[in-house]
Amino acid sequence: MTSAEATLTRYRSRNRRRALLVAALAVAALLAALVDLVTGPSGLPLAETLRALAGGEVARGTAVIVWEVRLPVALMALLVGAALALAGAEMQTVLENPLAEPFTLGVSAAAALGAATAIILGLKLPFLPPEWSVSVNAFAFALGALGLLQLMSGLRGGGSEVVILFGIALNFTAGAFVSLLQFIASADALQQLVFWTMGSLAAVRWGGLLMMALVLAAVAPFAFRASWRLTALRLGEEQARSFGVDVERLRRWALVRVSLLAAAAVSMVGVIGFVGLAGPHMARMVVGEEHRFFLPASLLMGAVLMSLASVASKLLVPGVLLPVGLVTSLIGLPVFFWLILRGRRRG
Amino acid sequence: MSGLSVASVTVAYGARQVLSGLSLPDLSPGEVTVIAGPNAAGKSTLLRAIAQLAPYCGLIRLGGTDLAAIGAAQRSRLVGFMPQSLPGGAGLIVLETVIAALRAGGGASPSGVETTAMAVLERLGIGALALEPLDQLSGGQRQMVGLAQAIVRDPRLLLLDEPTSALDLARQVRLLAELRRIAAEGRVVLAVLHDLTLAARWADRIAVLHGRRLHSFGAPSEVLTPAMLAEVYGVDARVERGSRGDLMIQIDGETADAR
Repeated sequence: MTSAEATLTRYRSRNRRRALLVAALAVAALLAALVDLVTGPSGLPLAETLRALAGGEVARGTAVIVWEVRLPVALMALLVGAALALAGAEMQTVLENPLAEPFTLGVSAAAALGAATAIILGLKLPFLPPEWSVSVNAFAFALGALGLLQLMSGLRGGGSEVVILFGIALNFTAGAFVSLLQFIASADALQQLVFWTMGSLAAVRWGGLLMMALVLAAVAPFAFRASWRLTALRLGEEQARSFGVDVERLRRWALVRVSLLAAAAVSMVGVIGFVGLAGPHMARMVVGEEHRFFLPASLLMGAVLMSLASVASKLLVPGVLLPVGLVTSLIGLPVFFWLILRGRRRG
Repeated sequence: MSGLSVASVTVAYGARQVLSGLSLPDLSPGEVTVIAGPNAAGKSTLLRAIAQLAPYCGLIRLGGTDLAAIGAAQRSRLVGFMPQSLPGGAGLIVLETVIAALRAGGGASPSGVETTAMAVLERLGIGALALEPLDQLSGGQRQMVGLAQAIVRDPRLLLLDEPTSALDLARQVRLLAELRRIAAEGRVVLAVLHDLTLAARWADRIAVLHGRRLHSFGAPSEVLTPAMLAEVYGVDARVERGSRGDLMIQIDGETADAR
C-alpha cells in the first residue's frame, strides 16, 4: 500500500468514526426524550408510562397525561432543539461569526412583536381559531423580518457585516415596538406576553407539533445538501467563490432556512435562548467543521440539550414547571462565558 | 484563440481608481506570465479582477469565453485562484479543504474526489500533511495547500497572488518548477511576484504595472532594464547576465529624484 492509500484509509476511518459519533448523538437524543417522557409532577410510575405509550391497558387519566401532555412536550423539545441548533450552525457559518445564533438577525424580536399584536391588540386573521392567533402572528412577523432583511441587504449588495448590521437594526426596531405595545397593554395581556417571551413547552399540542415537524423536514434536507458549499465558506468568502460557490445565493437561501426554522420554533414555544448558540459549538467539539457531519451533529446536539432542559424545567423546583426558555438561558449563560474565555485563550 | 485576453480593465474602489483601462497582450497556454510592479500598482487587483473576485469594467475572456458571463460553478472549472494566504480558524484538516475545493462547485462526482485530492497533495510534496489541521500549519505549508486547492479542479487558467511570499528557498524552487510543468501541460499561468530575480528566472513574460496602467510587457530580458527599474521602482540598478545566461539585478540604491 502506498503512503497516499494509507492516508486515505486513515481519512475514511476518521469519517466512519465521526458518522458513529453522529449516530451516538441520535441515540442520546432518544434517551433524553425518554427521560423527558417519564419525568413529571404527576408521579406516574415508569412502567405505567411505558404501558400507556405502548397502547396497553391503563387508567384514562394516565393515557391523557402521557398522550396529550408528556409525549407532545417531549417530541416538541426534540424538534425545537434540533431546529434551533441546525439554524444556529448555518447562521454561524454563513455570517462567518462564531457568536451568531438563530435570533441574531431579529427573528425573535419580530416574532415577539407579532405575538404582542395578537395578545395586546387582539389582531388576528378572521378565519383562524383564536388559540392559533399568537403563533400565526409571531410566525408572520418573523418571516416579514426576514423579507425586510433580504430586501435591505439585497439593495446594499453586502457581505456578512452588512447583513449583521441590518439584523441588529431590525432587532432594536422590533424591540422598541414591543416596548411601545407593552406600555399601552393591560396588566393581564402584559403578563401573558412576558410568559410567552420566556419560552415554554407547557402549551404544546399535536397541531403545533405537526407544523414544527413539517418545517424541519422541509428545511433540513436543503441544509444538508449545501454541506460542501458551507464547508468551503469556512475558508472565507473569496476561496468559496473561487471554488465555484455562488456565495450571495448560498447566504440568501441559508438565511431563508434559518429564519423558517427560528420562526417556526419561536412561534410555537416562544423565545428559547442559547440552544442555537451552544448546540453548534458543542457539536463542533465532537465532529469538527466538515458540514456533512457538523450539520446533523448540531441538529442532534440541539435535540439533546433541549430535552435535558425540559427535564430540568420539571425537576429544578419540585412541583413547579419552569419556563424552559429560562432553563436554557440559565444553563447557556455559563457555557457562553466559557466559550468566550476559551476563545480568548486560543487567540 | 485559446488563451487569456484582458481588454480595457478598469477597477475602482469608491472614487479611487486602482486600474484604469488596462489591457494585456493575449496570454497563450503553455506560458508563465508574471505581473510585477511596485506596491499599490494594482497587481493583486488585476489578478482578482481576472478571477472575478473584484468588480471591474472591461472584458476578460478565456478561450473566447467572457469570464463574467458564466456562472461561478462553470468558471471554477476553468479558473484556479491561489490567494496570498488562507484565512485561519477554518477548523478543517488539509484533505477536507482540498476535497471542498473540488466538490463545493458541484461539478465533481463524489466518487474519486478523495483520490484526486490526495494525488494533488502528493504531487506538491505535502501528502504527509493531508490529515493535519490547516490551522496548525506554518505559513509556507498553508501556501502550498492554497496551491493544491487552486489546481485540484485542473483549471485551464491558474492565477497566483504572490505564491512564494511565505516559502523557503527549496519550496520556492519547487513551486516555480511546478508552475512551469502546469503551464507546459497547456495551461495559462499568471502570477504576481515581487521578486524580480525569480521572475527573470522562471517567467516567459513579465507585465510591469505602474501608475494604474501597464508600463511594459515582454520577455524578462526586454522588460528588466535599468531604465524600467529607475522609472517604476525608483532604484539605480544594473542588470547583468550570469554565466548561464540568467539575468542578475544589482541594486545600487535609490535614484536621485526618489531620494
